[in-house]
Amino acid sequence: MSAHTLMEITPTTFAPPIADKPAQADSEVHQTLIDIANLDFFYGETKALHDISLKIPEKEVTAFIGPSGCGKSTLLRCLNRMNDLIDIARVDRGTIRIRDIDIYQPDVDVIELRKRVGMVFQKSNPFPKSIYENITYGLRLQGVSAKSRLDEVVERSLRGAALWDEVKDRLHESGLSLSGGQQQRLCIARAIAVEPEIILMDEPCSALDPIATARVEELIHELKSKYTIVIVTHNMQQAARCSDRTAFFYLGRLVEYADTQTIFMKPSDAQTEAYVSGRFG
Amino acid sequence: MKRFFDTELETFRSNLVMMGEIAVRQVRDAMKALIESDLSLADQVAAADDELDQLEIKIDEEAIRYMSLRSPVATELRLVVVGMKASHDLERVGDEATNIVRRVARLSAEPPIKPYVDLPRMATIAIQMLRDAMDCFLQIDAEKALLICQRDKEVDDLNRQLYRELSSYMIERPETTSRALELMFISKSIERIADHATNIAEEMIYLAKGEDVRHTEQTRNPDAG
Ligand SMILES: Nc1ncnc2c1ncn2[C@@H]1O[C@H](COP(=O)(O)OP(=O)(O)OP(=O)(O)O)[C@@H](O)[C@H]1O
Ligand SMILES: [Mg+2]
Repeated sequence: MSAHTLMEITPTTFAPPIADKPAQADSEVHQTLIDIANLDFFYGETKALHDISLKIPEKEVTAFIGPSGCGKSTLLRCLNRMNDLIDIARVDRGTIRIRDIDIYQPDVDVIELRKRVGMVFQKSNPFPKSIYENITYGLRLQGVSAKSRLDEVVERSLRGAALWDEVKDRLHESGLSLSGGQQQRLCIARAIAVEPEIILMDEPCSALDPIATARVEELIHELKSKYTIVIVTHNMQQAARCSDRTAFFYLGRLVEYADTQTIFMKPSDAQTEAYVSGRFG
Repeated sequence: MKRFFDTELETFRSNLVMMGEIAVRQVRDAMKALIESDLSLADQVAAADDELDQLEIKIDEEAIRYMSLRSPVATELRLVVVGMKASHDLERVGDEATNIVRRVARLSAEPPIKPYVDLPRMATIAIQMLRDAMDCFLQIDAEKALLICQRDKEVDDLNRQLYRELSSYMIERPETTSRALELMFISKSIERIADHATNIAEEMIYLAKGEDVRHTEQTRNPDAG
């Protein structure tokens, strides 16, 4: 992204300063939506997560950070039971509750769960179908077929993903014809089409250039008014910019979890400080 | 591209502008209280100093938060750093205004040893320098800022001249000593206010051009001997 020019940061009028507003923009206290308690997780004989306890508030952005292999993606995938797809994976102990429902209870409808907890991956993965079909796929699976309803969802989702203006005239072209950044926003549009409550994002910007990254960050900021977002990122600046809370993991353990300002301004753990300063190891 | 955190910078900027306005008001009111022996205005100025103290703290907090979370570079980074420095100068301007009003009660107890001519003249220049420095912040105008730096010498010269004059009063009429000393302190306060305005102007040059002109020939008055 280009740096601000002098003109751009020189507004002609000034909003009156907001005297009582604290420096941290979000003074609201949000309720816990996802409550992870004493979670142990194994791949076969290997323990990948050790006694993780973490409460994620609703309508906020929570970032998971930590060195490669520390278990960020594993924990993220626990939140919509994507790990069920891996044979050797198992939750050994502990619970994950989403709005007081223990999602690992046998009677939980996993398809329904994944609808409520959508996911966007590191590598954008549109289906080899049109933009329109990429977005309506989930709804069709649910049996929605009325064209007017589908059209409406396509427009709402693409607008929600800040992609509408760029693609509205080419909805029937392949999703694969879009640029990387557009594909990633298409995947976000696809995730929000089914109106989830939670969106999980695993390194959503790692394959994007700085401008596309900035667009996705802006989008994340807009989406949090409606959705709860959990994002895994290796980009410290991105975690600092986008998230309200940050959890730092190391070797399968949660080392520190606090509001993002605390993690980046005065972390209490020396390992966290080393990691966010880029001096780990 | 507009970013969601741009509003944080706007708030930061408008807080600094507000500090500038309050600082100018404090100096103007302090001089008015002095000249008109207005004790209640003097009290008002002393009480309002807290506004500047609080804004300085707020600006520091916002700046540190912005640097930690938004990774500013180039002009944005300079804006945040300069904002912290300028807010410190403005807070000190407020302290000098308070120093001036603290002497009003003592001075107004007795008739003035001479009419107030030089102090208002110095103050007028210092206030104009402050105003201009804050305008340079709004307009990001390095040329104008350089002119402000060059005017600092006028105030320095007036201060020195008044100092000599008051010294001779003290020698000739020792009973004026305490009042003359009060006036010297006030003169020094005004001279300090002009110094802070000069610092702010230098900071604005740094903001506009990324060049540090402190302690260079550029900021000297070209007419000076
Ligand atoms: N499918 C799998 N089968 C066996 N082990 C796995 C599997 N996926 C991950 N692991 C192991 O679990 C640990 C945590 O992996 P995970 O992918 O959660 O890390 P991560 O923090 O997301 O790392 P990265 O930043 O590199 O994406 C690692 O030691 C990894 O080797
Ligand atoms: Mg991962």
